[in-house]
Amino acid sequence: MSEEQIKELEIQFEARIARDEKIEPKDWMPEKYRQTHIRQMSQHAHSEIIGMLPEGNWITRAPTLRRKVALLAKVQDEAGHGLYLYSATETLGITRDELLEQLHTGKAKYSSIFNYPAISWADMGTIGWLVDGAAIINQVALCGASYGPYARAMVRICKEESFHQRQGYEILVTLMKGTQEQKDMAQDALNRFWWPSLMMFGPTDAESPHTAQSMKWKLKRKTNDDLRQQFIDQTVPQAELIGLTIPDSDLKWNKEMGHYDFGEIDWDEFWQVVKGHGPCNKERMKVRIAAHENGQWVRDAAMAYAEKQQIPA
Amino acid sequence: MKNNNLYKYILSIADNTLILGQRLGELCGHGPSLETDIACTNISLDMLGQARNYYQYAAKVKGGNTTEDDIAFLRKEHEYLNVLLVEQPNTDFGYIMARQFLFDVYHLLFLQELQKSKDQTLSAISNKAIKEVSYHYRFSSDWIKRLGDGTKESHQRTQNAVDDLWTYTDELFHQTETDKAMINDGIGVDTLKFKSEYYERANKVLEEATLEIPESRYFQKGGKQGMHTEHLGHLLSDLQYIQRAYPNMKW
Repeated sequence: MSEEQIKELEIQFEARIARDEKIEPKDWMPEKYRQTHIRQMSQHAHSEIIGMLPEGNWITRAPTLRRKVALLAKVQDEAGHGLYLYSATETLGITRDELLEQLHTGKAKYSSIFNYPAISWADMGTIGWLVDGAAIINQVALCGASYGPYARAMVRICKEESFHQRQGYEILVTLMKGTQEQKDMAQDALNRFWWPSLMMFGPTDAESPHTAQSMKWKLKRKTNDDLRQQFIDQTVPQAELIGLTIPDSDLKWNKEMGHYDFGEIDWDEFWQVVKGHGPCNKERMKVRIAAHENGQWVRDAAMAYAEKQQIPA
Repeated sequence: MKNNNLYKYILSIADNTLILGQRLGELCGHGPSLETDIACTNISLDMLGQARNYYQYAAKVKGGNTTEDDIAFLRKEHEYLNVLLVEQPNTDFGYIMARQFLFDVYHLLFLQELQKSKDQTLSAISNKAIKEVSYHYRFSSDWIKRLGDGTKESHQRTQNAVDDLWTYTDELFHQTETDKAMINDGIGVDTLKFKSEYYERANKVLEEATLEIPESRYFQKGGKQGMHTEHLGHLLSDLQYIQRAYPNMKW
């Protein structure tokens, strides 16, 4: 294809995006559009899979059968989201094996929030409420993304995430109605997860290298700072309602702006975790890689067996 | 307790599903592939769902303010009545599937009989559970064939697992005094009726999987009387952790 032809296709492509048309797997797309989507969608899939680990840590210790079943079902949903998102990413011409390889070698990233430890039962409530809550805000914005398979995946995933968020909040409601020890457990979890949750929206707009291009391609429909503000405005009243205190002394309602003002995020901590030096980065990767390596003989056996079945006797 | 035999009988069924559900729950997020991870979690969810049905019934039989969680979480190790097979650890995927398969063959036959129980609640629970367990059986027997007849490595690993776990199969048919009383009342299942069918079915799948049928005739038992392997205590210390560390609270 000549450069001119490519130029022409690019113009038509941009026009389709501008008309809010969905781009489908077999449509022509600029290489950079494809690569950007592989990066973001697989990062999203990896986050679902790594995200299973901190919560998986409490399945065997959940306090009641009802809670155990609900948590197990929730973590299973995350696996389902991962599977769904890997499949959606595969429509862009890359295999799940290649994507997993990128995760295991550290080439691909996942959401930094999962590099924080889940050390008490209240963390199961807090992760559902804050982490799934932040994910929903990110993902609702993506339901209108230009790439069809991604947008459709988001619609489906958002429904389940909103169920998870309510489930998490309900764990905290129960704890806050309980003994002082339970209330302290809930407050402690919020203290640890509040700031990392705000970091889930990524660096400030001024520091975000991909935002402009992603907005233009409608891979992103709102900026990091807008989404973060929306999360804070939505979450603070929920905390107050059940008697939890947001660990931010600068937090106050700004009547003029109609938003909460909030304190400075520790961006040094953010970059430290992103670069692989958070509390659990190494542990999470170790566990993920071990599961993959320990499963190699099982996957090999399944392949060998399938091949034998295809050979006529 | 007036219905002590019935209560203990329900527990012996319920504990199998709780303990196996708990074991499978340990795997969530660590499976060999996303698909098997999701499937094992599904089986775990079915097991725990069945456990809840049985414990809720047991709580009713016991009476007072007893809840399903009191029974599931607050007994001592020797008060759990599950068979030894289900408490065996997740050594590798070969053991996990062999344990599942050896239990599923039994579980399916058991539930078929329990459907005919005079006890309407047990009959109703088994009616619902049997649909789930039919799927478990299909899943585990398919995997036994895949692993047995897959690669040299998978064959060897699965053979080791079957050899090791075989020793726990005979206990499935061991009848305690409680079992005998319940069989007499038309409530309990006479497991001896399908013992030979159990081994026929299991052997058939193992043969298809190109695996050797273990010849050992040395068997272990004790779980049904509360005498367990060393593994159960560790499983329970996870299971009971919050209930023991923060007693009498609502969660």
